Amino acid sequence: MSKTKAKAKNKTGKYANFWERNKKSGGYLLRSTVMGYGVSICRAVLLFGLCFLILQPLLNKISVSFMTEADLYDPIVTSIPLHFTTQNYKLAAGLMEYGTTLIHSLLISLTIAILQVAMSTLVGYGFARFQFPFKNFWFACVMVMVLIPPQVISTSLHLHFRFFDVLGIYELLTGTTINLKSSVLPYYLMSACCMGLKNGLYIYMIRQFFRNIPKELEEAAYVDGCGTLKTFIRIMLPDAKPILTSCFLFAFVWQWTDGFYSSMFLGNISLLSIKLKQLPDTFGGYMARITGASSSAGVSVPYTNCVLATGTLMVIVPLIVLYLFAQKGFVESLSSTGIKM
Amino acid sequence: MKSQKKKLAGLQKRKAIAGYLFISPFILGFLVFMVKPLVQSLYMSFCDVQLGAGSFNPVWRGIFNYNYAFRVDADYARLLTEEITRMAVYSLAIMVFSFFVALVLNGKFKGRALVRSVFFLPVILASGVMLKLDSENALMAAVAQTVEVNAGGTTGITDAIQEILRTAGVGVRAFEKLFEIMDNIYDVAISSGIQIIIFLSGLQTISTSMYEAAAIEGCTKWESLWKITFPMVSSLFLVNWIYTVVDFCMRSDNEIIEKITDLMNINLNYGLASAMSWAYFVLVMAIVGISSFIISKGVYYYE
Repeated sequence: MSKTKAKAKNKTGKYANFWERNKKSGGYLLRSTVMGYGVSICRAVLLFGLCFLILQPLLNKISVSFMTEADLYDPIVTSIPLHFTTQNYKLAAGLMEYGTTLIHSLLISLTIAILQVAMSTLVGYGFARFQFPFKNFWFACVMVMVLIPPQVISTSLHLHFRFFDVLGIYELLTGTTINLKSSVLPYYLMSACCMGLKNGLYIYMIRQFFRNIPKELEEAAYVDGCGTLKTFIRIMLPDAKPILTSCFLFAFVWQWTDGFYSSMFLGNISLLSIKLKQLPDTFGGYMARITGASSSAGVSVPYTNCVLATGTLMVIVPLIVLYLFAQKGFVESLSSTGIKM
Repeated sequence: MKSQKKKLAGLQKRKAIAGYLFISPFILGFLVFMVKPLVQSLYMSFCDVQLGAGSFNPVWRGIFNYNYAFRVDADYARLLTEEITRMAVYSLAIMVFSFFVALVLNGKFKGRALVRSVFFLPVILASGVMLKLDSENALMAAVAQTVEVNAGGTTGITDAIQEILRTAGVGVRAFEKLFEIMDNIYDVAISSGIQIIIFLSGLQTISTSMYEAAAIEGCTKWESLWKITFPMVSSLFLVNWIYTVVDFCMRSDNEIIEKITDLMNINLNYGLASAMSWAYFVLVMAIVGISSFIISKGVYYYE
């Protein structure tokens, strides 16, 4: 303690007193100190407000999910439930068939994410490390792929998989085409060919990363008699762990919440994102069955939304847990790739 | 000498082949799942597609679908202009917001990591179906309304300011758009997570010695923002702009996309759906192309 004090005294020299120093600097010290405090107070208020803005819907959902239906209509109750209940969770879990759906979602997201990242790594490495004719053309194709909204080609993909065929060979043999529309195969095929959800972005990020690895490393491996594939697996892949983790995390999370590709290709597998989208309707039907009403029109809107909020929470809880543990993987490597055009 | 050259050519050839092998999955996928469907949907947009049992047969109808989409369909033209304006306004707002937040977050203060992770949270939570469900959440809207009514007539602070400005005679449309953005600052905040991170990574590569030198020469903070910070991250503006616009087009609460999906899944009108998506796609591409060309004129590359 006394040591640091002495140090501070040394630093400031003979003008230990703040006001004395301020006088010597002609008022500059006071001005800059006040400015500094002012800036940090403004920043703190601003950032607190913005953080609250972002977190508020989440907090709101949490508080609503523990309320009973009576609490929703009670004007006194705003954020802390009067009758604490976990009934909403049981109800939402039952309606979404949470157990099986969760396992399905986990399986699909994991396998798709691994497949997408593996293929994107191969392609990204090819773009970053090899010289071949038409390289720029193909890379432009990657950028085009990023830019094209999947909705543009969705109509035709729909039909493509409805009447799937490999160059007409199958039709020649059996006379009909294969209907792949209600199976998972098309989506796995697309992911294996780097055409899945936001796959171009992963290719771009991975390529950016590999480009920054020094060429000498690769050349040394070649000189020592390492083949192309071996160099890739033994030298390059271990280095690329951070970017691969972050791509994997993104792929996993975006697949988890995706509604577009899932409803297009994976319609008959119960996934959390799909179930969540249908939850208001399922709930309406359930209420109608209980009350014996002919239609689901009479179900109260607040209660539906309460159950929906509970369901949403149940879907995002795994993601929040993942984010808490792997936060660094998301943010750090994204900024370390140095995204530039 | 000659044999050596030949050997080198052989090595180059081998590397080129290896390169092609590495990217072959992409080429295959691009041709099968991108080019073919693109061409097919372009063709279908000029056709009346009839679904039969076991096959589908398009019948050529020329530009009928496009004509129908723009001149007969009640919603399409209106939705298109609405979405494009919304896209332009919100993308601008997102750019400004994320740049500003990145500037604030770039300073050193306690709890910076926490704030950064909060700002990044929406990238994970407000994606895909979540976004749509959130925007449709009627309960939140109802609660907000009751709060406003209970607060006694006067609604939000933006409304009050708007009222003052209008009575002062400034109530032009630009201001109304500005206020609309302010009211929907939540939408802007949750869709700017990635942009903030990209700007932050750019800001952190600027060496502090530049600012120090400028400060010694008598440059104020405001001037160094425009003369140093802005040019140094200007290339990231281009990246972020393209990312924002594209992201906006693919958001699940986009009404055009919804309309197209409905047409396809419920009405099974594949021809009209592809015509609509092509018109939308071409428009968006044109906007992205023109705007990024303009931005790239102003980009400064520091070497």
